[in-house]
Amino acid sequence: MKQRRKERIDRGIKARSDDVFSLNSFREMLYVAVPPLAPVLILLILPLELPSYWQKVLVSTCVFALLAMSWDFLVGVGMVSLGQALFFGVGAYIAGISNKILGLPIWIDIPIATVLGGAICAVLLTPVLRLRGVYFSMVTLVLPLMLERIVEASGAFGGTEGISGITPFPNSYTESYLIVFATLFALFAFRRLVTTDYGLVLKAIKDNDRAVMSVGINIYWMKAQALFISGCVGAFCGAFITHVYGFVGMPSFALDYSILPLSSAVVGGMGTFAGSFLGAFILVPLSEALRGIGGLRIVLYSFFLVFFIVALPEGIFHYIQRKYQQFERWVEVDK
Amino acid sequence: MTDQNNKTNLILRAQNLSKSFGGVKAVVSVSFDLHEGELLGVIGPNGSGKTTLVNLITGFLKPDRGKIEYKGQDITGWTPYRIARIGIARTFQMIRPFAELPSFKNLIIPLYSPRVKALSGGKYGDLDAVAKDYLEEVGFERESSVTYKPAGSLPHGYLKRLELAKCLALRADLIILDELFSGLSIAELASIVPIIEKLVSEGKTVIMIEHRLRELFRIADRVVVLNYGSVIADGIPSEIMEKPEVRKAYLGSE
Amino acid sequence: MWEVAIIYGFINSVILALTALGFSLTFGISGVPNFAYGAMYIFAGFVSWLLLNKLELPFFASALIAIAFTAILGAAMYRFVLLRVRGLVISEVIATFGVGLIILELFRYLGFSGFEYTLPVFSDGSLLIGHTYVDYQRLWIVGVGILLAIGLYFFTHHTKIGLAFRGIAQDEHTALSLGINSDRIAGLSVAFGSGLAAVAAILILPRGTISVNDGYDVLINAMAVCIIGGLGSSVGVVLASFIIGYAQIMTDILSGPQWKMIISLIAILVILVVKPSGLLGKQKELEERI
Ligand SMILES: Nc1ncnc2c1ncn2[C@@H]1O[C@H](COP(=O)(O)OP(=O)(O)OP(=O)(O)O)[C@@H](O)[C@H]1O
Ligand SMILES: [Mg+2]
Repeated sequence: MKQRRKERIDRGIKARSDDVFSLNSFREMLYVAVPPLAPVLILLILPLELPSYWQKVLVSTCVFALLAMSWDFLVGVGMVSLGQALFFGVGAYIAGISNKILGLPIWIDIPIATVLGGAICAVLLTPVLRLRGVYFSMVTLVLPLMLERIVEASGAFGGTEGISGITPFPNSYTESYLIVFATLFALFAFRRLVTTDYGLVLKAIKDNDRAVMSVGINIYWMKAQALFISGCVGAFCGAFITHVYGFVGMPSFALDYSILPLSSAVVGGMGTFAGSFLGAFILVPLSEALRGIGGLRIVLYSFFLVFFIVALPEGIFHYIQRKYQQFERWVEVDK
Repeated sequence: MTDQNNKTNLILRAQNLSKSFGGVKAVVSVSFDLHEGELLGVIGPNGSGKTTLVNLITGFLKPDRGKIEYKGQDITGWTPYRIARIGIARTFQMIRPFAELPSFKNLIIPLYSPRVKALSGGKYGDLDAVAKDYLEEVGFERESSVTYKPAGSLPHGYLKRLELAKCLALRADLIILDELFSGLSIAELASIVPIIEKLVSEGKTVIMIEHRLRELFRIADRVVVLNYGSVIADGIPSEIMEKPEVRKAYLGSE
Repeated sequence: MWEVAIIYGFINSVILALTALGFSLTFGISGVPNFAYGAMYIFAGFVSWLLLNKLELPFFASALIAIAFTAILGAAMYRFVLLRVRGLVISEVIATFGVGLIILELFRYLGFSGFEYTLPVFSDGSLLIGHTYVDYQRLWIVGVGILLAIGLYFFTHHTKIGLAFRGIAQDEHTALSLGINSDRIAGLSVAFGSGLAAVAAILILPRGTISVNDGYDVLINAMAVCIIGGLGSSVGVVLASFIIGYAQIMTDILSGPQWKMIISLIAILVILVVKPSGLLGKQKELEERI
């Protein structure tokens, strides 16, 4: 009996060991160079071309892309956060307080919020690292929502009013290019980091933490470092947005900052960072376009989230990558 | 060897180690001494507490009672990574390599250990090259395809060697192998046994948990027999199976 | 004042325990983290409201049907979503969380908010205990809560399915070899936990209006209690409920209701530092089979 089957063949240029490959023609060079260069060029040009409304959309897309990458990084070490809003909110409040109350200038308070925010989140969550499984998810889900209630109830840091009158960025180009550069930097830095020896050890912790411990590596210390790195990225986003809106308040801990990054990373494809990036650039503009349907947006994200995690766990990016790197053709096979 | 010599050579001493899980007494008051350069076999029927003993020594489980000394230092209750850093390496009965990584990249993990860093003068350097050296030492042909293949796709024999290579890469002084021989063919065994013999000749101390008694007895200096968590015999291989309690334990369970 | 604190602290504790028990039970039996738990609670509330007001069924009928529906929803979630990602903790967490969001936000989108969304109390009036008035609904909560706890104990220790539950929880491999179908049991445990959420909803919701945000609050409270008591330990959950329940009422009386949430937060932070696995956490740190 004859049957048709899809055959996949690697394109000639892709060497599987991904260390060495030789480029033989200009075309092949393009083939290798286009994927990493395309997002760079697009992101560098967009702020110049977009009308101001869509420029804001670009800014928030980049923020969510960053949050998604920081989420993805944690997942790569085996920590599933349900509360990137914690990192975001802590960064936002530190920036707001140090700018408005301590009077620090914007170019100082953002770095402070980034590093201090990352450190605070790492310290808060480190005790959970000794436990496996869902504890981390539970605690990260609870903490930001709880902090939100506490700010509301206690009136700390401006309570429900929040803190307003925070220094804005000098102009919209500074704003856009800061976040664009940060996003691109994070994208390439994360992608690089996970291929280093250090990144390899982090990934190994996720796969088999006992094997890693048995060679003398303190996995808790490594995980705390990963938390710090991820926390810094999240806190930077919070600090940045605080200055964009000139305001910080309870919404900084809102569930949106936890869900949308998660959906972006899952839809785009976990473990690649490019997937998180792609996912954010699909979902955030989409949600802007769909503003008409209002509250249904979150339903839609969540639906995507569940659908992808169950049916297409590898995400869009892997799919595109496969199409790009392999020929596909139907072949007849004997059965 | 004189008595005095033995004393200075003591590397590991377990005293009255006990561990239970709920009602199950997995290890009951186990004591033994281990001397440098010795190859100790630990045998016993299924469920007799061998793996639990390994976990107690390497810090993966905390003993309910008892004490472990390594090179004269009390290491009871230490974390596994701290114990590994002072030179105790182990393999796991259930081998789970980092499946997606190429074989040689699997060795990056032990090579990244603070122990290795300290031993090589405080810097990590190019680990890939070192990793390939260690693979060659356990019989991976240099620059052959197995070196680059994802560890998940390796044949069983190579996986076991990879485990051994991890212990080598850690430059451990005491190596504990939990059922390394299980599931290996005679040919595969024949290629692994010399590696272990070489380790011992280089002065490493080895504990082997084994069910493959024939192969073990050929290389072991001494054998400890566990049954229901207790040591029922401790002696040289040629005599151990003669003891009636050992025969009973084995025949009773098989 | 002490009388009020003791009585209301007790009631508050029972409420906390009721809202957390289902989550803890499901996890304890099958290891499924049901992050859609808060959504199940709200689902039960709205379903019984619809049955009561749109179909005009009698209250107890609508309550029972709502509990059954919620349990079926839990089973369906297991069958169509969780079963496909069973064993992948990351996916289980994300999938249940996503399902919960879909349910909650769908209700919000459909306009389920306002004062008309209330469930009737079981019986009107109140009782004077000492010098403190306690309305009958709260007494119902306490009564049913205690009965439920006893019933659950009996169920897990003396019925066949309850024993199977415990068998799976203690040792999946042995249970499998005894012919217990772990997938079926896990599905049942999710349905069972969801049903418990529904029972809690029917009892507790009559105290106010049903609002979507309560779904998140229930989830937070359930998590908080489970983190403090120790995930998967029912006794731990009850213990933690009483500690937090009384601590909340005391802070409420002494310094105002806005500090209630802080108590839970402080409790969580303290327990994380002192004993991360919770008061009676079954999950001993890394003490698993290797
Ligand atoms: N983490 C655990 N929890 C509960 N019981 C355990 C645990 N680990 C081991 N046991 C029990 O302790 C006893 C000893 O187990 P152990 O794994 O040490 O035996 P073993 O000698 O290594 O057996 P095998 O030859 O099958 O590997 C067994 O009865 C086992 O069921
Ligand atoms: Mg064993």
